[in-house]
Amino acid sequence: MEYFVIIVGSIFVSNIVLTQFLGVCPFLGVSGKLDTSIGMGGAVIFVLTLATLVTWIIQYYVLNPFGLAFMQTIVFILVIASLVQMVEIILKKVSPSLYSALGVFLPLITTNCAVLGVAILTIQKDFDLLEGVIYAMSNAIGFTLALVIFAGIREHLDLMEVPKGMKGVPIALIVAGILALSFMGFTGLV
Amino acid sequence: MSQLTNFTKGFIKENPVFVLLLGMCPTLGVTTSAINGLGMGLATTFVLVMSNLVVSLVRNFIPDKVRIPSFIVIIASFVTIVELVMQAYLPELFESLGLFIPLIVVNCIVLGRAEAFASKNTPVSSLLDGLGMGLGFAFALTLLGGVRELLGSSAIFGIDLVKGDLMLVFILAPGAFIVLGYLIAIINKLNKAH
Repeated sequence: MEYFVIIVGSIFVSNIVLTQFLGVCPFLGVSGKLDTSIGMGGAVIFVLTLATLVTWIIQYYVLNPFGLAFMQTIVFILVIASLVQMVEIILKKVSPSLYSALGVFLPLITTNCAVLGVAILTIQKDFDLLEGVIYAMSNAIGFTLALVIFAGIREHLDLMEVPKGMKGVPIALIVAGILALSFMGFTGLV
Repeated sequence: MSQLTNFTKGFIKENPVFVLLLGMCPTLGVTTSAINGLGMGLATTFVLVMSNLVVSLVRNFIPDKVRIPSFIVIIASFVTIVELVMQAYLPELFESLGLFIPLIVVNCIVLGRAEAFASKNTPVSSLLDGLGMGLGFAFALTLLGGVRELLGSSAIFGIDLVKGDLMLVFILAPGAFIVLGYLIAIINKLNKAH
């Protein structure tokens, strides 16, 4: 039951992009086409879950015992950056087909604040390892869901007649606002 | 380019938020009031100025291959300083900005300026570039926060203009996207007019 609350809570109720504003840059940046947004979503689910797993272990077995909790920001970002690099190298060797699908998105993920944000949030919320991994994965799924919906809308938006000054980013932001409004409907679900 | 333009370009012409669309997460996340926007803007300015300065000072000693990781370490150190100082002296602001303080590390503006400007220019121009970009960012955040505060809770910098709340939606998440959308449309229009 507890896990169910975490899953529904992080996918719908407090959606990472639309209510917590983490990962807005890729949300606006790669939402032009539906298939690239699915690729990005897949890469984020993979890296975010892995990064949270690793940073959780480092926080509880390295930083806390040695009293280094104030180094959290520096250590986490370095871990995430090297993890992304490692995933890239391993994927290239092990599964070239997966690499060609996700490869271009991997370097972008280092500066996706959703990854660092969720890693820090997991620690702040005092989750144990399993809860943390579930939390991370459902947040990443929430990110993918929002991204794919938004990309679908934007593909249609390109064909619409929009007032000249509102073309491009302004209208996209307003659409995102309306999407966030509709996600507010989930408030109070859990 | 003269030193003056290094400083002033960040305000309107290359404003990091309205024109370059960088650093969207803190822009949308913390601007529920003008004071939060200003606090976040100034914290980012400090990190931007210091990291630009240091990156520019060490630019000739860092091998090309490890430059991005080294930049990240430099930035992360200054973010940690801001985090600790704020926690000690401005605990209320630190509470309301919350997660977004450590997330300055992954703010694309900071790494972007280090890579695009500071790693190629002298310390003095890098310092001015950082200061201009940072203040431009702070200006954008304060403006967005001010508009949202005015529409949402009919106050400005915490001073109530009318009793009670107006349109609460502008303080909530959707309002951030909508107000920023309209602000960018207005700035686009102004930039074209000139």
